[in-house]
Amino acid sequence: MIISLRTKSFNPWNEIQNAQTSMDFAGAFGATAVFVGTMRDFNEGDQVTEMDLEYYPGMTEKELQRLCFEVTQDSPVLEVLVVHRVGKIYPGDDIVLVCVWSAHRAAAFDSCRSIMEILKHRAPFWKKERLIDRHRWVEKNTSG
Amino acid sequence: MTVTVKFFASLREQTGCDRVDITIEQSCSVKAIWKMSTSLTLDPHILVAINHAYRDQESDVCDGDEVAFFPPVTGG
Repeated sequence: MIISLRTKSFNPWNEIQNAQTSMDFAGAFGATAVFVGTMRDFNEGDQVTEMDLEYYPGMTEKELQRLCFEVTQDSPVLEVLVVHRVGKIYPGDDIVLVCVWSAHRAAAFDSCRSIMEILKHRAPFWKKERLIDRHRWVEKNTSG
Repeated sequence: MTVTVKFFASLREQTGCDRVDITIEQSCSVKAIWKMSTSLTLDPHILVAINHAYRDQESDVCDGDEVAFFPPVTGG
């Protein structure tokens, strides 16, 4: 399980390639499911120019580990990679990467979706948006 | 006995404080820790963590604990 928080922009495709290169189970996986979340320049009808993503150092990393373990403990998943941005983020920047490897597609698809959904409701991150004329805290997740 | 209290995101701005160390004479509830830390009302939607793990507002707090209060999370 690879969990990483980043203060700078990252390239999700390079992250996947790097993780895959360092794995010791080449040949064992036949499915790779990927979710990449990217910052939009609009939310709730307003233009968003930047965002500050706050987290709880110490707890956020542990909670990501816990939720990934919970999702995959009874699933034939071979590896999980989660990369999440913190700090200043701009429209077009990737915010989160979830990648799951397994022998067959069902476990990879299901676990990738579950990790992402649980992450949005449990991982301690908070978004503060900068609009044209003010700032505001994002108070709820989008429905999906 | 000392407890470290942390506030995050909008709660940090509302309380004007990101961290405060408070002294307690004996173990007490999360709700009691909140009252000792701020004059704001403890909304039932506010989330609580003790030593980096989720707990509820009825949980007990002990010497040396780190108690965090924060609004619903919005990552991803």
